[in-house]
Amino acid sequence: MRLFKLNRWLVLGEWRAYPLRALTAVLAIALGVALGFAIDLINSAAYNEFSAAARSLSGQADLEVRGTQPTFDERYYPLLATRAGVGQASPMLELDASVPGQTSPLKIIGVDVMRAATMTPDLVGVPAADKPFDTLADDAIFLSPAAMTWLNTRVGNQIQLRVGSHLVSLRVAGGLMRARAGQRIGVMDIGAAQWRFQRIGQLSRVALKLTAGVNLLAFKQALEKTTQGQLQMLQSADETSRSASLSRAYRVNLNVLALVALFTGAFLVFSTQALSVIRRRSQFALLRVMGVTRAQLLRQVVLEGSLLGTLGAALGIAGGYTLAATALHFFGGDLGGGYFPGVQPTLQFAPLSASVFFALGLAVALLGSAVPAWEAARAPAAQALKSGSEEGALSRLATPWPALGLIVVGGLLTLAPPIGNLSIPGYIAVALLLIGGIALMPRLAGLTFHALQRLPTRRALVTLVVSRLANAPGQAAIALGGVLASFSLMVAMAIMVASFRVSVDDWLAHVLPADVYLRSAASGNTAALALPEQALIARTPGIARVDFLRLSQLNLDPMRPAVALIARSIQVDTAERVLPMVQSVAVPADRLPIWVSEAMVDLYGFRPGKQVRLPLAGQWRDAVVAGVWRDYARQFGAIQMRLEDYRRLTGDTAINDAGLWLHAGTTPAQAIARLKALPFGAALEYAEPGEIRTVSLKIFDRSFAVTYLLEAVAIVIGLFGIAATFSAQILARAKEFGMLRHIGVTRRQVLALLAAEGGLLTLMGMAVGFVLGWVISLILVFVVNPQSFHWRMQLHIPWGLLATVAGTLLGAAVLTALIAGRSALSGSVVRAVKEDW
Amino acid sequence: MRILLLLWALSAPWAFAAEPVLTQVVAGHRLTFPADFGAHPDYRTEWWYATGWLATPEGKSLGFQVTFFRVTAAADTANPSRFAPRQLIIAHAALSDPAVGHLLHDQKSARAGFGLAYAQVGDTDVKLDDWTIKRSADGVYQTRIHGREFDLDLRLSPTQPLMLQGDNGYSRKGPEPGQASYYYSEPQLRVSGSVSRNGQRVAVNGSAWLDHEWSTRYMDTRAVGWDWVGANLDDGGALMAFQMRRADGTPLWAYASLRAASGKTTRFDNAAVQFKALRSWRSPRTGARYPVAMQLRTGSVVWQLTPLQDDQELDSRSSTGAVYWEGATTLTRDGKPVGRGYLEMTGYIKALKL
Repeated sequence: MRLFKLNRWLVLGEWRAYPLRALTAVLAIALGVALGFAIDLINSAAYNEFSAAARSLSGQADLEVRGTQPTFDERYYPLLATRAGVGQASPMLELDASVPGQTSPLKIIGVDVMRAATMTPDLVGVPAADKPFDTLADDAIFLSPAAMTWLNTRVGNQIQLRVGSHLVSLRVAGGLMRARAGQRIGVMDIGAAQWRFQRIGQLSRVALKLTAGVNLLAFKQALEKTTQGQLQMLQSADETSRSASLSRAYRVNLNVLALVALFTGAFLVFSTQALSVIRRRSQFALLRVMGVTRAQLLRQVVLEGSLLGTLGAALGIAGGYTLAATALHFFGGDLGGGYFPGVQPTLQFAPLSASVFFALGLAVALLGSAVPAWEAARAPAAQALKSGSEEGALSRLATPWPALGLIVVGGLLTLAPPIGNLSIPGYIAVALLLIGGIALMPRLAGLTFHALQRLPTRRALVTLVVSRLANAPGQAAIALGGVLASFSLMVAMAIMVASFRVSVDDWLAHVLPADVYLRSAASGNTAALALPEQALIARTPGIARVDFLRLSQLNLDPMRPAVALIARSIQVDTAERVLPMVQSVAVPADRLPIWVSEAMVDLYGFRPGKQVRLPLAGQWRDAVVAGVWRDYARQFGAIQMRLEDYRRLTGDTAINDAGLWLHAGTTPAQAIARLKALPFGAALEYAEPGEIRTVSLKIFDRSFAVTYLLEAVAIVIGLFGIAATFSAQILARAKEFGMLRHIGVTRRQVLALLAAEGGLLTLMGMAVGFVLGWVISLILVFVVNPQSFHWRMQLHIPWGLLATVAGTLLGAAVLTALIAGRSALSGSVVRAVKEDW
Repeated sequence: MRILLLLWALSAPWAFAAEPVLTQVVAGHRLTFPADFGAHPDYRTEWWYATGWLATPEGKSLGFQVTFFRVTAAADTANPSRFAPRQLIIAHAALSDPAVGHLLHDQKSARAGFGLAYAQVGDTDVKLDDWTIKRSADGVYQTRIHGREFDLDLRLSPTQPLMLQGDNGYSRKGPEPGQASYYYSEPQLRVSGSVSRNGQRVAVNGSAWLDHEWSTRYMDTRAVGWDWVGANLDDGGALMAFQMRRADGTPLWAYASLRAASGKTTRFDNAAVQFKALRSWRSPRTGARYPVAMQLRTGSVVWQLTPLQDDQELDSRSSTGAVYWEGATTLTRDGKPVGRGYLEMTGYIKALKL
């Protein structure tokens, strides 16, 4: 009881004396927790909504059958429907219809309404009462509420969609009442969809409901065998994990970034607590002398930390929820990565995630308090009672071995393979390096400033500054740690993003060599150009050469997202002219060469020279990997092959894109004008490489917007840390300044001394922070990114940006030192010295 | 006659569609067999409709109904897709057991195609997934139904010649000559086979009645529904009677045909046929009120129709869109049982459109 009173008195006394410092620590934790929790909430809301929408498309099916390409031959449908064990079979044709004037396509699902009624009831349109047969009509489409809003249409209106190079008009016959909010889909009769979208004889998938008692796995295996791998069977759980894998790396990456903010917060708690313990050394020693045990003292300091942590974490959970709700309301569920377009998720409070982030916040605070608490409890009371023993308190922190151990383990972890396609070891390595670097700081600071001390100088002030820093490295290190943590993270992120951006920019220049590009539609898979139209384009005056591209998709692994298949004109010997090659091998002339993106090597083991099999137009074809090229556009893999091979093997002669080289004397604008005059020309989209580059980089920046934001928060927390540490130290050194004033040092000179101290410390922190950040950026660039997203990049250091931030940090540190110094010097000089009796 | 409304057939004209051209029913057309046992895809609607009484080994009576509809949908003939909904196949099956207290029924529908659903030309051969009816060269029908609550596997063997309804199979349904169907019946079919419920298979035998009827324009716009009865008489005779009703319940058109065991057929037109309600039953599900017990007069003969059970309503709003009463019924004359058949009553909840 009495002890409890003492606890309260000590905590409240400390906080009352330094409310701002406690508040800063609480806020730092709150901010870290809030960001982490909000990002997790938004991501899981978006992901859940995305999965629910995907599930509503597969309905009650036990199994979904699909082909290795986006569509497969409908002759499989009766075979599936009549197969023993199948209760119901519902055929579907799924299209991403290009919408004129829109950058994203409308997903259209062609269904057999009578088969879909029981299997996928969400995909049954609601016709007008007087037109019950519209579900079978060949001119009708049923739109989800979100699609109606997006296309600005209503029941009874016509909508226009691109098919090939012409438009098809469909009547909006009704709604899809059970579509998810934000889900943009349209449903129409499957026969009508095959006809209107030129997909006669093709299906995208068949949903199967098995009869009771059929072994799902055995059924699946038998069916895969009889169709020789041309059909893939997906259970609804597979579907969920597939859609999860689409965005997992991205989601984990953002969560880790949010944790970085929290980590910086931990450091702030540490510096607050450490300094508060140092300052109260004599106080604690007095308590010890009065009979308070070590354990009680330890508990006291940990209690203070846990109170800060609890407050901060609770605030953070509330703040995170509010932040997530606001973000979802204003920006939707997509955090810029483009993985959840159009999704309108509803926010659900996630108790598990909330407890995890609360615990993290609390743990961080406890961790920050643990070392100071341990130190406070261990200090021999008699020694601690004396003034000026503060530095000894931190001597233990100067032992370099644990820190070096952490750095070595971190270094080794960078060699570890990813876990479940996630770069977990990479992230842990970053954390270990960071902690190790910070822990090494006192030692480093001591060594450096001792070295500085040996430099000859005649000025008393300089001597004062350097000897202070050299002989009290522990206290300096606490301030340094804050600088180090925020600056190194900033450096690492800046180098990573800059490397990525520069690499993407170079890559764009390589992959966009033509003068003008045209494509049949900005999005979707229903617009393609047939041979006669291609001939007209090639014959247009002023055009020297045309490179036609056919884009398609391959499902190589039912558990992974589809792989892009790109057929274009490629010369085997000079493939590097059209592809940003990173590796290539010679392939015998009688073999089918393919060139794969780096992701294909990581995900499917398509190494150069390897013989692989590709499912093309319902048959397995042997091919040889002739090279590996860099691709920043398709995270899940892309394969390029020669257009002539593709046409020979699939019979598909349509194309989606073309790159045009112009004759000298023809400007891109002239060429585009001539192409637009073609009968189908107005429906095509044209772009010059410069425009594509601008748009691509804009998308790039947007996808990193949240990254930038999190980085900024980490820096702000770091600045707070510096400010808090400096001001605390300076206030604690009031008696030292009093002494200096007594021996004739002017107020101005003391301030200059403080500024110099702050500046030197910050410089030191930034120097080490730069090295640490550079090492971390190497891990991000060469380990985390290839493992998470399967893209590799060249290192590029943004000197300008780094210099700016370094300057800002330096200025902020000096300024903080000055402000704190002014208040420390404002008291009576005599009283300041008297404290030391 | 038998029917059902086939809401499906109410073809809304779709935009820019080249609709299939349908053949009209005309007087004087001669039915030819076996070709006319098969489907007639040039007509809008068609059905094969088997109903009958079954006896279990314990001697209990069950009623059954198996119906296959074929509807020509208004799909654009230019659509080359094999999924184009040119022909729709719809099937209803029901089992009436007084021990259950209501009708067990199931329904299915699909577009014809891919060998999964079809109505073949040439002889009776209709399939909808695993529901089938097929006539073999010896005239025997085999039908298999796999419903949610029951399975039927029945063999229907003819014992008598065909009964052509109306004027040699040209059966008028309204005051205008075009409002007609081609219509023949197979009365006094001998039934053997099995009924399965809850995994238990029970051998059954009994007698049944099969109607096959096809038309393009069935109902007068003033008609809201009809009452129909077809019964196998104990003396080997067969009775079929129907009336088309106006909204106020008065008959718009009526017809009956009585074939004696000897083969002598008597036809009754309009005024000679009279349906009169004796007792009504109100469906607790749909609220419709059906005259489940009726008095039927054909010429000077008066028949009493008594249902096997009151609740024999079939709600098919998810396939054909109709709610109707289709039930096993006993015929008595002067208080003595003289035969058993099925009574069908449509248009009691809302006007039928065909």
